[in-house]
Amino acid sequence: MKTHNKLFLLFAYALALAMLNGCKPKGPQEAITGNAAEKVYVAPGKYDEFYNIVSGGFNGQMSVYGIPSGRLFRIIPVFSQFPENGYGYSEETKPMLNTSHGYVPWDDLHHISLSVTNGEHDGRWAFGNANNTPRVARVNLKTFRTEEILELPNSGGNHSSPFITENSEYIVAGTRFSVPVGDKRDVPITSYKENFKGTISFIKIDPQSGKMNIGFQLKTPGVDFDLSRAGKGPSHGWFFFSCYNTERAYTLLEVNASQKDKDFILAVNWKKAEEYVAQGKATKSKVKYAHNVLDDKTHTATSEMLTEVLQLDPTILKDIAYFIPCPKSPHGCDTDPSGEYIVASGKLAALIPVFSFTKMQKAIADKDFEGEYEGIPVIKYESALYGEVKKPGLGPLHTEFDNNGNAYTSFFVSSEIVKWNVKSLQVLDRVPTYYSIGHLSVPGGPTRKPHGKYVIAYNKITKDRYLPTGPEMTQSAQLYDISGDKMQLLLDFPTTGEPHYAEAIPASLVMPNSTKIFKIEENNHPYVTKGEKMAKVERKGNEVHVYMTAIRSHLVPDNIEGIKLGDVVYFHVTNLEQDWDVPHGFAVKGASNAEILIMPGETQTLKWVPDEVGVSPFYCTDFCSALHQEMQGYARVSAPGSNVPLKFSTGVIADESKSSPK
Amino acid sequence: MKHVLLMGLAALLFSCAPDRSKKNAEESPDQAQSTTKSAVEEVIANPTKGIGAVKSVTLKSPLEKERVDRGSAIYEMKCQACHKLTTERLVGPGWKDVTQRRHPEWIMNMITNVDVMLEKDNEAQKMLELCLVRMPNQNISIGDARDVLEFMRNNDGQK
Repeated sequence: MKTHNKLFLLFAYALALAMLNGCKPKGPQEAITGNAAEKVYVAPGKYDEFYNIVSGGFNGQMSVYGIPSGRLFRIIPVFSQFPENGYGYSEETKPMLNTSHGYVPWDDLHHISLSVTNGEHDGRWAFGNANNTPRVARVNLKTFRTEEILELPNSGGNHSSPFITENSEYIVAGTRFSVPVGDKRDVPITSYKENFKGTISFIKIDPQSGKMNIGFQLKTPGVDFDLSRAGKGPSHGWFFFSCYNTERAYTLLEVNASQKDKDFILAVNWKKAEEYVAQGKATKSKVKYAHNVLDDKTHTATSEMLTEVLQLDPTILKDIAYFIPCPKSPHGCDTDPSGEYIVASGKLAALIPVFSFTKMQKAIADKDFEGEYEGIPVIKYESALYGEVKKPGLGPLHTEFDNNGNAYTSFFVSSEIVKWNVKSLQVLDRVPTYYSIGHLSVPGGPTRKPHGKYVIAYNKITKDRYLPTGPEMTQSAQLYDISGDKMQLLLDFPTTGEPHYAEAIPASLVMPNSTKIFKIEENNHPYVTKGEKMAKVERKGNEVHVYMTAIRSHLVPDNIEGIKLGDVVYFHVTNLEQDWDVPHGFAVKGASNAEILIMPGETQTLKWVPDEVGVSPFYCTDFCSALHQEMQGYARVSAPGSNVPLKFSTGVIADESKSSPK
Repeated sequence: MKHVLLMGLAALLFSCAPDRSKKNAEESPDQAQSTTKSAVEEVIANPTKGIGAVKSVTLKSPLEKERVDRGSAIYEMKCQACHKLTTERLVGPGWKDVTQRRHPEWIMNMITNVDVMLEKDNEAQKMLELCLVRMPNQNISIGDARDVLEFMRNNDGQK
């Protein structure tokens, strides 16, 4: 009996403890349930199910993670120099970062759009926007390289970009900061209402090559365009943009752009706009913008300056643009997979309005307008509204969709993801995020056929989630399982830069197409060296061009003499390897730009301006073989007037019986 | 206890078994005649032809000049960095008399299937021990390898 009592007491004590713990506010640790580790573990030698292409925010890059493991595979330099592989440092890639303002080494990349066909991922390209110096870039998902960058004229900052139409016909670029455009640009800031204008560029994409050119620009009132999404299915042919600062404030926007209860969603009929352009109703605007293209056969980028863009004025062409009132300072503007519903998230609103494309069309046909804003018709709120999600949370930002008719909205202020049903507008579940979520991503979430399975949160604040590294912390992403009724937190993983929007795509759509090598036979670089026999050094005035080869484990030539102080030396290094994953690197002492990394079959060029007389070593910087450490050479630099002849060799050993040469 | 041991043993057996049968299945295409010997065993018994898609090569005399020229160009672009045309070893062995030392099939399999050869072929492994740098896969097709072989024959003074 005694033992019995003791046991009972023990049991009661344990129960009380468990209950106590159960009553405690749920901390981050408790959000994890038993099998989370199993769900994210990708065993050695196995692959992740999804590629996650993530914007790098202020680092100007994209990064590539595996889902569900959260492992970082690659950083793709886009709008920023990248010392790791010489992007923006090598002579071949410098033109990629050229703009109408000259060379811009660092920008801010916010959003990703993956190319689609019939509204579904096709695994061809990833597009990204430069927020500061307005540009759009295209990354090839075969090579994971930035192939093209197009600058946007008449834009004060490219935030509402690079969202894509359902057959990758266009990507858009809506200006965040309205600015004075045209000839009259030196105006008082206080003349905002009179002189400041916005633009939205529709960038046409070549269906074969992916090459971009600005099809046309819409001139718009001087509001701030924030985010956007194309229509799909029934709404294909339309584009929806959120805009704030309809107050058109030019100072202390925190207060002055938050006055009105409602701002707008702008609905654009781009098919109609396209017709007007074809009918010659666009006007030409004189501008200056750069178009940079990387050629995959010469491995070299070129930059061209363009001077003209076509513009349409929706205050004259009345049936291409309509405003819809939207509470309050809307941020995300997301079209559901069916294309019928447009979800707008007012950062300062206590509800989420869901607009109906069908009702919107009827309202336009019936001219059910409440008036005009700056010459553009404003549809009545109720006439376009499908319904409102009531009390969803605080600070809604962005919405993604699954394949079961559900929406997932991020809430910055209340730090959570809320799952709700698009048709019923009922909240189904909510989970906390750590901390202050910005964007979120469901694999295929913006497409007509979401892949579902996970939602990934990209958080703004990391605080106590990782080992501290001083005041500057890694950013944080979190992975949730959404395959059941309840969302389940599985994993935290650190990210580079500051992730904004991201997309996830099944590995099966990308992995089989991945480039392994560049065929040396197809290398058309003007300074290619197709074999050691062709290696040479040439002088053109004060330029010295070294045609160099790299293969495990030597450089040809590896002895160079006859360079003079005042010369500019170009090392054009061709990697002769034709084997996957055997890059060679190249560095020379005192080079003031960087190193270069050369993929198999590729040619890259490092510019070197020697600044002292002497012998400078150069070597391979990428550990390539057992004899990597031997992969080195010397360049002799002589005084300007010296008569040392230009010569080069590899494997030539001087006859030591003769007196040493001068 | 006995049962546990037995189960452990069974687990060991099972964990090894699939691997073995898989290996055999992979190698079976190489078993030209014998169905009882594995390809590796056969290579050890008959190391002359190497492992790969090249089973037999017909050599013509006189040499096919077009092949020699094409082979020379491929040599300069993809091979010369490591192989001299003399007997001197650079990164890899010199090519002089290679067509006397090796069967043509072995040479072509070494060029076109180098990773498997270095893993399984005794002769290839001996070369790796000597040179200590893995011969790279230079992405050469079987047709191109045949041209390189003709160039080697020319280099060896065959007519």
